[in-house]
Amino acid sequence: MAQQIPMVDYLVLGDSPHLVANECTDCGAKFFDRRNACASCGGTSFKKTDIATEGEIRSFTIVTAFMPGADNYVPVVVDLGGTSVRGQLINAPAEAANIALGQKVRLTTYSIGADTAGTEAINYGFEPVN
Amino acid sequence: MANDDIWILGINMTKFGKHPDKDVVDLASEAALAALADGGVTIKEMGVLAAGNLMGAAAGIGQQLQKQIGQTGIPVFNVANACATGATALRTVIMAIKAGECDMGLAVGVEKLSGAGMLGAGFGVAASDEWTPSGRYGAVSGFEGKLGTDMMPGVFAQVGMEYLHQHPYDGADFELFAGISAKNHFNSTMNPLAAIQKDMSVEQIMAEPMIAYPNTRAMCSANSDGAAAAVVVSGAKLRTLPKEQQKRAVKVSASVLTSDPYQEACQILPDVNTLTRVAAKQAYELAGVGPDDLDLVELHDCFATAELVHYDNLMLCSEGNAVDFFLSGATTRDGKTPVNVSGGLESKGHPIAATGIANIWEICYHLRGEAGPRQIEGAKVGLAHVIGLGSACGVHILEKSGL
Repeated sequence: MAQQIPMVDYLVLGDSPHLVANECTDCGAKFFDRRNACASCGGTSFKKTDIATEGEIRSFTIVTAFMPGADNYVPVVVDLGGTSVRGQLINAPAEAANIALGQKVRLTTYSIGADTAGTEAINYGFEPVN
Repeated sequence: MANDDIWILGINMTKFGKHPDKDVVDLASEAALAALADGGVTIKEMGVLAAGNLMGAAAGIGQQLQKQIGQTGIPVFNVANACATGATALRTVIMAIKAGECDMGLAVGVEKLSGAGMLGAGFGVAASDEWTPSGRYGAVSGFEGKLGTDMMPGVFAQVGMEYLHQHPYDGADFELFAGISAKNHFNSTMNPLAAIQKDMSVEQIMAEPMIAYPNTRAMCSANSDGAAAAVVVSGAKLRTLPKEQQKRAVKVSASVLTSDPYQEACQILPDVNTLTRVAAKQAYELAGVGPDDLDLVELHDCFATAELVHYDNLMLCSEGNAVDFFLSGATTRDGKTPVNVSGGLESKGHPIAATGIANIWEICYHLRGEAGPRQIEGAKVGLAHVIGLGSACGVHILEKSGL
């Protein structure tokens, strides 16, 4: 199997792909970027916390792609067990009639392509739970 | 000695739209000279200048402006605060006067933006032959189209849709937001300074090209060129000026600038709500007025989806009831609380750094009783709101002169 690299460093690949946050050990605020300190309480101590992989759509939009050949895409904010994350709805039509606020979704992964060394970059997205 | 009594003495906005033959210095000069003339004063009487031009933030628009209209040696503050840049310039001048550093100052905002396209495309990652993690998220590729959107139409679309998730609405969301846009486009027909003056029906707005659902092109603020400027004066100084100037002066009852306090999810989707609500609450307390006292409101409808949430954030309606408030007709020109009688950013245009002073100009225009065909009769109190993503929020409450 070709080597893989996650699209972002807060995506953990493997048998059960999931997101991991930097959680402030003082106040519990969760962040997905590299931290200097906590924006909520100012604390400087963090631990890694696994984030749930199922949740619901809090908000969405459908961005029209104006580049020839590009597809419209569906940015979503998903509430994963009390932690909000950004991503896109995938494996579903990019049509407003088919997307509902509060809709249940789960995290899934897909390849965004291989580089010259043959390493595949793996991104995450959210697909509807039927 | 600090002065608590702050007034707008003169104010002006240029026409918003395309100004191919004018650069930012021309536009800033036009607004600044007209604001000085409107106040019956000259650049020589200004004790401080604060100026903003977001797209040219490193160029020092304040000094460029001085080189055209008067190098008087006064302190210049070049400010940049996203779409709240103009309000920040005004706030800076107000703070200098309140601190007792001077008794008169000039705030200017200017932008050249026509043809700029969609703003905000995010987190660029350098192209490389091999996937290389970079930046604070260790990303191997740009986020846009892979992990959502940082382009403004989509960001603010999500802001509006999130409101409908928190406060479920049984009706058609697309039509609701198009209705807000239709109100503003109708209002623009009475504003010759608007970039776009075109009455559009809900159906026409919905039939426009979709940019980011539910925002069609007509529901997005128009990128345009323009400038606005205001002369600020202390109450003590104002009372030494001729009676006619005192009568046309507009009282700044509250001038508030906030940034967003931490909330869960605020680093996932910008939280434009909390800082606006905090700013509004502070402003009402400072001014000693409530939302029911407002005769008109100019709020930051950078997109139709944004206007809805700010009805709630500015407490124009009871919490969670922005949809019913809009559907009741309360925000039309003839309603209980007219909102964006200028046409709003969706039709007036949004030359970023000019916007935060231009919306104050609109309020002053009505409070002075000079708004002609679009005058809100008997207007005595108005509120102007802007928000810049990042975020910064400016709220000003203005009152008709009782002098």
